[in-house]
Amino acid sequence: MSTVATRPAAVPRTTRRRRETVRGTVSTALGGYLPVILATTVVVLPLAWMVIASIKQPHELVRLPIQWLPSKPYAGNYLEAARTVSFGRLFLNSALVTAFGAGVKVVLAVITAYALVFIRFPAKRLVFVLILVALMVPPHIALVPNYTLIAQLGGRNTLWGIVLPGLGTAFGTFLLRQQFLSLPRSIVEAAELDGASHLRRLVAIVAPVSAPAIATVALISIVFEWNEYLWPLIIVDDPNAMTLPVGLTLLQNSESGSAAWGVLMAGTVVVILPVLAIFAVLQRWIVAGLTQGAVTG
Amino acid sequence: MFLAFAGPNLVLIALFTYRPLLTNVYYSTLDWNLGSRTATPVGFGNYLRWFRDPTSLDVLRVTAVFTVATVGATLLLGLLLATALNRRIRGRTAARAVVFAPYVLSGVGVGLVWLFIFDPTYGALSALLRLWGTTGPDWYLDRSWALVMVIVVYVWKNLGYAAVVYLAALQSVPQDVLDAAALDGAGALRRFTRITVPLLSPTTFFLMVTTMLSSLQSFDLIQVMTKGGPLDGTTTLMYQVYVEAFVNGRAGYSAAVATILFVVLLLATLLQMRFLERKVHYA
Repeated sequence: MSTVATRPAAVPRTTRRRRETVRGTVSTALGGYLPVILATTVVVLPLAWMVIASIKQPHELVRLPIQWLPSKPYAGNYLEAARTVSFGRLFLNSALVTAFGAGVKVVLAVITAYALVFIRFPAKRLVFVLILVALMVPPHIALVPNYTLIAQLGGRNTLWGIVLPGLGTAFGTFLLRQQFLSLPRSIVEAAELDGASHLRRLVAIVAPVSAPAIATVALISIVFEWNEYLWPLIIVDDPNAMTLPVGLTLLQNSESGSAAWGVLMAGTVVVILPVLAIFAVLQRWIVAGLTQGAVTG
Repeated sequence: MFLAFAGPNLVLIALFTYRPLLTNVYYSTLDWNLGSRTATPVGFGNYLRWFRDPTSLDVLRVTAVFTVATVGATLLLGLLLATALNRRIRGRTAARAVVFAPYVLSGVGVGLVWLFIFDPTYGALSALLRLWGTTGPDWYLDRSWALVMVIVVYVWKNLGYAAVVYLAALQSVPQDVLDAAALDGAGALRRFTRITVPLLSPTTFFLMVTTMLSSLQSFDLIQVMTKGGPLDGTTTLMYQVYVEAFVNGRAGYSAAVATILFVVLLLATLLQMRFLERKVHYA
């Protein structure tokens, strides 16, 4: 009986510990790995499916029951997509719109944020409030007025007509203002004593030390310009002036029949892959920039 | 000097953000076709027509269902995914990037990829359902299922954003408070609902307002996947603004719908601030 009396105290202690680690492992598997694996699979599979479908032959796309993988890679869909809408031209248009739009946006954001932080001006607070409010004004409300204005200026079917209405930037200005405010005043004041102009102070001191934040704004602008769809859709109807997303929907309307999916997926790959590649390399900055406003409150 | 630096940006914002707010209200009082040189002032005529039109109620219903479903699912699934990502698991950083990726992809591209998956005959989804021994609904031709389809894809695209924002907030929940509650015998679920969720409420509030605003203005997926159909089954207010002006050419009427959408956006934001922000627990 005495052995029985000591054992209950000793045995549960070790089994309890073991049970706890087992429970910990099970809970990490069920609550951690399972949902994360599920979520990443749900994200990756459709994108993989897009690539797979783009290299299938037309008859493989409509086979029933479904043929999951192509028998051999087939480039025909890409050639067909390039033939139906001039993808080279669309790619160039998109690249130009993105480079110019994002470039100007970043410059405007940098100089406006600099002015808001470092240059004396009586109504500065009001200007900042107007920029904050502009951040919240829903952009799509402006469709008809902006269309009318750009059309009157002769901007339909032009690249500048696509870019111009989006150049003013409240978001980039706001983000960079926060960054500039966090800089120690002393580094700018030293340059001020040396008699450096505002432009010189910006280019030589403020911009270089803020390079990561500026790069973040640039990246987000690039992704945004590349994906922009509604405005280019309404301001352009000439295939030669279209951007890739708009051309893709032109392709969608001109290709008929279920075999067209291969051609459409080829076009989709061309739109999605560049952004995916940029994101894969620079995701840390893109994610941080896009969620920054949220995290700081 | 200030204006030399900030001027160009301010002019552009004034011209393409603030000016349209006013001109849009003016246009909404005109019977005016897009591109036409003549317009007739009709006062509140366009608004009256919208409120009398029986399809408007349907548009509001679709807008409400789409917005509530996308916001609700994005926040709920985003929080669950964030708690999973918050555990000490391998490959967490890579997984965070992967789930965020759809958020930065072209809405047109994403819409086409999923439209192919949902294809009732040749789509991967119907193939999977056939393996399962059933057949799916006709996502293309059934009004309700088409709406479900667009909602699913919208959530797929935006879920990662909510998850990453929640994840950042979760990492600032103080561990000692959770440990203390655990010592007091509170189970994992109880700690989650009584401590974590209340501490996250500012983030939930922020996400609710921002995802609602973007849901109400979503366009790309609807245009690519359903064009508002079938039978207007996926026509939201935002989509109606586009169709009226740029498909039907009724610019004045479209401007009126845009003004109504603006009021809806404003009211929805103010209501959330009025009734939800009081419940927010700012730590």
